[in-house]
Amino acid sequence: MADIRQKPVEPTPPDTRPEEADALEAHLETKRMYINLGPSHPAMHGTVRMRVELEGETIVSADPEIGFLHRGFQKSCENVTWTQCLPYTDRLNYVSALQNNFGFLSAVEKLIGLEIPERAKYMRVIGAELHRMADHLTMVGATGMELGGFSVFLYALEARELIMDRVTELTGARLTTSFGRIGGMNRDLPEGWKEKVLKSLDKISVVYKEIEGLLTRNRIFVDRTKGTGVISAEDALDFGFTGPCLRACGVDFDVRKARPYWVYDRMDFDVPIGRNGDNYDRYLMRMEELLQSDRIIRQALAQIPAGPIIVDDWRIALPPKPEVYGTIEGVISHFKLVMEGVQVPAGEVYDSTEGSNGELGWYLVSDGGGRPYKVHVRAPGFPILAGVPRMIEGKFLADLIPTFDTINMIGGEVEQ
Amino acid sequence: MSTSALEVVSAKLPDLITERYEDRTGGAWAVVRREGIREVVSLLKNDPELDFKLFLSMDAVDRLNLPENDPRFEVVYLLRSLKRGEVVRLKVRASEDSPEIPSIAGVFQGANWWERFVWDFYGVRFVGHPDLRRMLLYEEFVGHPLRKDYALRDRQPLIPERPIKDIFRGPGTSGVA
Repeated sequence: MADIRQKPVEPTPPDTRPEEADALEAHLETKRMYINLGPSHPAMHGTVRMRVELEGETIVSADPEIGFLHRGFQKSCENVTWTQCLPYTDRLNYVSALQNNFGFLSAVEKLIGLEIPERAKYMRVIGAELHRMADHLTMVGATGMELGGFSVFLYALEARELIMDRVTELTGARLTTSFGRIGGMNRDLPEGWKEKVLKSLDKISVVYKEIEGLLTRNRIFVDRTKGTGVISAEDALDFGFTGPCLRACGVDFDVRKARPYWVYDRMDFDVPIGRNGDNYDRYLMRMEELLQSDRIIRQALAQIPAGPIIVDDWRIALPPKPEVYGTIEGVISHFKLVMEGVQVPAGEVYDSTEGSNGELGWYLVSDGGGRPYKVHVRAPGFPILAGVPRMIEGKFLADLIPTFDTINMIGGEVEQ
Repeated sequence: MSTSALEVVSAKLPDLITERYEDRTGGAWAVVRREGIREVVSLLKNDPELDFKLFLSMDAVDRLNLPENDPRFEVVYLLRSLKRGEVVRLKVRASEDSPEIPSIAGVFQGANWWERFVWDFYGVRFVGHPDLRRMLLYEEFVGHPLRKDYALRDRQPLIPERPIKDIFRGPGTSGVA
């Protein structure tokens, strides 16, 4: 695995210490070493290759090399209808697929100029927040595991599994949800689902306390994370950090508050802000956001109104089945929608929602046909990964591990 | 906020902004002259009144199949100002013969990777970029796959593929153009 190449030895700087201390020092020649972390390495989530130049244990430079998971997301989207892009968006951030689904749909709806029904908006908030919890739990669990606390990972996964089960009941799939359609949702909440979600949240809050007890004041964990992987607010903005990683630096920015979409303006929740921009703060952001998401879901479940879940416009949403089988207009609309796709008027739009790891932006261009002309996704992990060398250069190799954990890079979205 | 950020910019640098418009959803756009992009972006970033400190993203559009396709490439820049709560959308156009644009990696560190991404997928060169390598694809790759004239099913394996019967599936035409 290690790719060790030789480099000319650099002259050792003159020793300025007193002679008696120097006398017992072992004067050995040092040389820089290059090692490859990954692309298949337990600490490199997904498949990232990190080419690290080491001087002893200190990282001199690091060069992340990505693209092993590149699947041609944009090219694929340009060749299918707008609705058919949905399964591709699942696979961007596969830990919180619903956020990608809904973010993409919202951008398309904005391009069409479409207002979706109230109930659908609430459902999107609930789905997005559930998956935010799943994402944060995964990050917290994985961080704990890689810093030596395997039980944290098991607790976190136990909590995440409850969310996954609720998501499966809602969408029919654990990970690749492909949920929602342009103009609303394709399926209503299942019978008794609300109560099950509330019960799951209660259970998660019990597990949450366990995780917090195991990590937040754990000496080993705090030593590994506090003061490591630091980035200043200025650098973070410069790189394009968003989400918890930016807020950990003390910058108050959350798309849900800055430009409330769906029904976030009706939700009462706080956005945690950190101070130091280190791994520990990034961890704390996730822990606090778990509580806030819990609050949002409870409010949304209490407020959700009855009513339609998708717009009643047969140019955008499939007609109800009795109409398809019973009327000629229904058949024609169904056929045209399936064969030609939703006709999105020509134009361009940039729209964004708050993903688990930051601003999930979409720049869409339509030429007026049924297929997208351009689908640009601003994956929040991409600029954050670009900032990793800045966070670890000059630090110890061991700091790379918690840093890579807390930025929570997701290969699927970064490598498209 | 009474005046939009792009109004301020075009008042200060009138020669560098060739066009301003709003898209259908109310998003403000400006088309910037190719040689002026660095100056416009630094003004947006460093002017205390504008304060566009957050670099959102960059991408390009190949306008080959659109009605107005000369110049062929449009590079899009998205910046956000937390102070003003505003997003600016900038465009720089580049022709097919000389797709070269000054790099803004010196202004925003975040532009470094996005410029590599655009170079990788569209073949737009960023002059003055410190390290313009491919971002996601491998260096041996020939061509730029998001160009509209790059075939959807064009394969360039680094090692020869085993002769298995191709199953025609997935989007687009099944290999027969």
